Amino acid sequence: MAEVISMADIEASAARIGIDLSSINLDSIQLPPGEDFGIQSGDDGDLYQDDPLEFEGGFGNIIVVDNLPVVPPEKFEKLEGVIRKIYSQIGTIREGGIWMPVSPDTQKTLGYCFIEYNTAQEAELAREKTNGYKLDKSHIFAVNVLDDFEKYMKVPEEWKASEIKPYMPGENLQQWLTDEKARDQFVIRAGSNTEVFWNDPRQLMPELVHQRQYWTESFVQWSPLGTYLATVHRQGAAVWGGASTFNRLMRFAHPQVRQIDFSPSEKYIITYSSHEPSNPRDSHRIVINIFDVRTGKLMRDFKGNVDEFATGGSGGVSGISWPVFRWGGGREDKYFARIGKNVIAVYETETFTLVDKKSMKVDNVVDFSWSPTDPILALFVPEQGGGNQPARVSLVQIPGKEELRQKNLFSVSDCKVYWQNNGEYLAVKVDRYTKTKKSTYTGFELFRIKERDIPIEVLELDNKNDKIIAFAWEPKGHRFAVIHGDGPRPDISFYSMRTSQNTGRVSKLMTLKSKQANALYWSPAGRYILLAGLKGFNGQLEFYNVDELETMATGEHFMATDIEWDPTGRYVATAVTSVHEMENGFHIWSFNGKLLYRISRDHFYQFLWRPRPPSLLTTEKEEEIAKNLKKYSKKYEAEDQDVSMQLNEQDRKKRKMLQDQWNEWVAKWKQWHEEERQFRIQLRDGEASDEEEEYEAKEVEVEEVLDVSEEIVADQD
Amino acid sequence: MRPILMKGHERPLTFLRYNREGDLLFSCAKDHTPNVWFADNGERLGTYRGHNGAVWCCDVSRDSMRLITASADQTVKLWNVQDGVQLYSFNFDSPAKSVDFSVGDKLVVVTTDPFMGLPSTIQVKRIARDPNEQTTESVLTIKGPVGRINRAVWGPLNKTIISAGEDTVIRVWDTETGKLLKEADKEIGHQKTITSLSKSADGSHFLTGSSDKSAKLWDARTLTLLKTYVTERPVNACAISPLLDHVVIGGGQEAVHVTTTDRRAGKFEAKFFHKNLQEEIGGVKGHFGPINALAFNPDGRSFSSGGEDGYVRLHHFDPDYFSIRM
Repeated sequence: MAEVISMADIEASAARIGIDLSSINLDSIQLPPGEDFGIQSGDDGDLYQDDPLEFEGGFGNIIVVDNLPVVPPEKFEKLEGVIRKIYSQIGTIREGGIWMPVSPDTQKTLGYCFIEYNTAQEAELAREKTNGYKLDKSHIFAVNVLDDFEKYMKVPEEWKASEIKPYMPGENLQQWLTDEKARDQFVIRAGSNTEVFWNDPRQLMPELVHQRQYWTESFVQWSPLGTYLATVHRQGAAVWGGASTFNRLMRFAHPQVRQIDFSPSEKYIITYSSHEPSNPRDSHRIVINIFDVRTGKLMRDFKGNVDEFATGGSGGVSGISWPVFRWGGGREDKYFARIGKNVIAVYETETFTLVDKKSMKVDNVVDFSWSPTDPILALFVPEQGGGNQPARVSLVQIPGKEELRQKNLFSVSDCKVYWQNNGEYLAVKVDRYTKTKKSTYTGFELFRIKERDIPIEVLELDNKNDKIIAFAWEPKGHRFAVIHGDGPRPDISFYSMRTSQNTGRVSKLMTLKSKQANALYWSPAGRYILLAGLKGFNGQLEFYNVDELETMATGEHFMATDIEWDPTGRYVATAVTSVHEMENGFHIWSFNGKLLYRISRDHFYQFLWRPRPPSLLTTEKEEEIAKNLKKYSKKYEAEDQDVSMQLNEQDRKKRKMLQDQWNEWVAKWKQWHEEERQFRIQLRDGEASDEEEEYEAKEVEVEEVLDVSEEIVADQD
Repeated sequence: MRPILMKGHERPLTFLRYNREGDLLFSCAKDHTPNVWFADNGERLGTYRGHNGAVWCCDVSRDSMRLITASADQTVKLWNVQDGVQLYSFNFDSPAKSVDFSVGDKLVVVTTDPFMGLPSTIQVKRIARDPNEQTTESVLTIKGPVGRINRAVWGPLNKTIISAGEDTVIRVWDTETGKLLKEADKEIGHQKTITSLSKSADGSHFLTGSSDKSAKLWDARTLTLLKTYVTERPVNACAISPLLDHVVIGGGQEAVHVTTTDRRAGKFEAKFFHKNLQEEIGGVKGHFGPINALAFNPDGRSFSSGGEDGYVRLHHFDPDYFSIRM
């Protein structure tokens, strides 16, 4: 980038070389052609080098309507009126934007016309809506965008087999998993920079992997297994990855994309955008595309009004809730589903069509969620008919669509579903009205999915009037934590789905009284939990060991807004993002609550750990390792020691170097100082100078006359 | 030791200065009256009444007889330290921001703010031994830097003047000719306003604090960057220990944002760094506003800080401070 020169600088340098700026006509100065005096124009920065701007060229906003009736001149105006009526509903037609050519011989129309809209979006919409429009039996419109004609004309007459490109082995996209020090990566976004780092807790600082300015236009996102980093641009989304650095692997064209979502095993990416309607009375238009991540092929697109995609069933006012499509069926990316009015539409990815070619009808359904591991849907239908029809939670198996289990619930105000991440348990938090209907209280229905007939257990808290502030399952475990209470210092309880004798009963492990916490973050490996007080609690942190039921450490990251465990459960990141004006940045903690390092960044937007694919070890193997941890950890402990010795050595050397350098300076200064001594004394008029001992303490008695008064003393004599 | 809280100002502190013996501490604030205190026990000795605007800076002569103060009332006043009598008043066309006596106390360098279309200036005045012979004309006037010049001090042997201010560039000027001799490199220099500048005891190096949340140590002769100290808050004040290899820098969240959050968020700490390792040693909390002024006692055994909160805090170091190992 060129150095920015302000007017003030120009004035200053003009003054220095003695030029009166006001006497110069700046416009009259012309540089020799092709000469820029080394000053780069600010326009051609790196910003657009990768993605050249796509200008609106061509005739994208003009459509051609075919199969119009052929009419004589006297009916010309009537036909034009009809066409104008049809097409002005869809968008704004430019002035003089309808042109219907007339045959010079017969003076009759030729059966087609051109319509020019204000925008290409309107033209596209008109093409979609009226292609195949039946004016009457013999006149069915064929509508095309003018730009497409060129494309169709170019289609060669004869089919040629496309060239088969030689196979190029791709990069190892999983390279980062083979890091020798078994470190994890994370991405941060601050200011206009996006940076990927290794978390290096041994060095107590991050190590930069890759950095780019303007890498994304709104946000970045890792794919669920960590293979790709997705960026969002005006033209669409892109995914990045690679063995050593980040290269662009694929682009997905979707103008003005707003949201993206990966399928659980990264096969597909869903992109979403919403467009302002040209007519303010209309609702927003929504475009959703599903791409294959590796090939970039568009698998399916969905277009329509907001209302068609809005959740909340009956009301329909609640707008879009992202993700619109939710992926299910575990790691195979087999099914995805969305909710509509009185239906759940389940699609399968083999054909990208509805399962059984029809949506599943569920009257008044308001919410659904997939089991994280199995193709099982949990549906919630609220109470109907003023309480005559109870609310219902049901589990439905896909693709058979048979109901596995159902539970009716009475006087329900709201329901929320929490799956345990292995899909073993399901907790439904039910808010019920009290008898007076004036207030609500909360209970839990706990489903054991993997057991025969899916037994359901009801759990109520000791004080059932307590408000539930947060709920979280232990990942891969059988425990859950609840924050409950009304006051400013709520309680936290831990429950287990097993008791020591009986595996089929839920039992309470512990209640911690009056904690400053309102959010729960389990370690991804289970066992440890971070109790966090965000927002009103200013970022209080408590690291708790649930096996031993004891607090390991407490800490504070003032005003923390975000907390994320690394995928292995070894480290925790707490961050203050730019929602707060001050002290943006992140802290990295060890799992047991030791603050490892802090990084400050202005305008800090995002912190995301790079996810890891699930472990390939079997459960037995994992248990074996946990049992013989000492044996396995020896190697790493030795490494740790090596590194810390090395670091100490480096540190000592560096300090010594700095100290030597400093001493050198000081010696030089001292020398100068001595040399200049005489001059200094001279400057001080001969007064002996620098050191303290050269001045002597003199005691000076000062007599000051405070008052003089005259008194007449009587003469005694 | 417990700090001594000195409440004598009604407005935010702007500057602190010890005399050479280290027995007196002069404080300036946005109220119009500089104070003088016993640097040992924090007792107030007296005030210097006469200014009609915020007092930005002061300096005391080597023999502790004369005090000179720069004020926003567009004057620089010369005082008798002992009895607080105003000896002379230099009038300017714009607010005076900083003053500094030369070696020998015969010259003084004054900076004035840009005001009503006038550019900022650096001016040198001669100080007469007898106040009755004092004249007002400037020996030298330097113009050039854009924006406020927050501080100008004398270089070694009065041969140069070092200036720093809002345009983030540190400049060295020739005192004979008024020519620009050196300019700090923009790349390695501060990125935002330089708020403070403080010389080492022997004048061989100096420390600058900036709103870019860092302080930098420079060689006074060559203007080479020696060290950088990074903090989490804008730096308003800095000082170099005359005894140990320590520097102290202070500041905090900008005053306009202070009321919006918790006091802990402001980080109104005086932070100690090791001068050549650039590592943080510790912090001294206490102020409930940003720190605007810092000064070390010339014996290096105590320091004082002045805050936006109107307090001066006088800290005598505990014995273990002198045995800190890095």
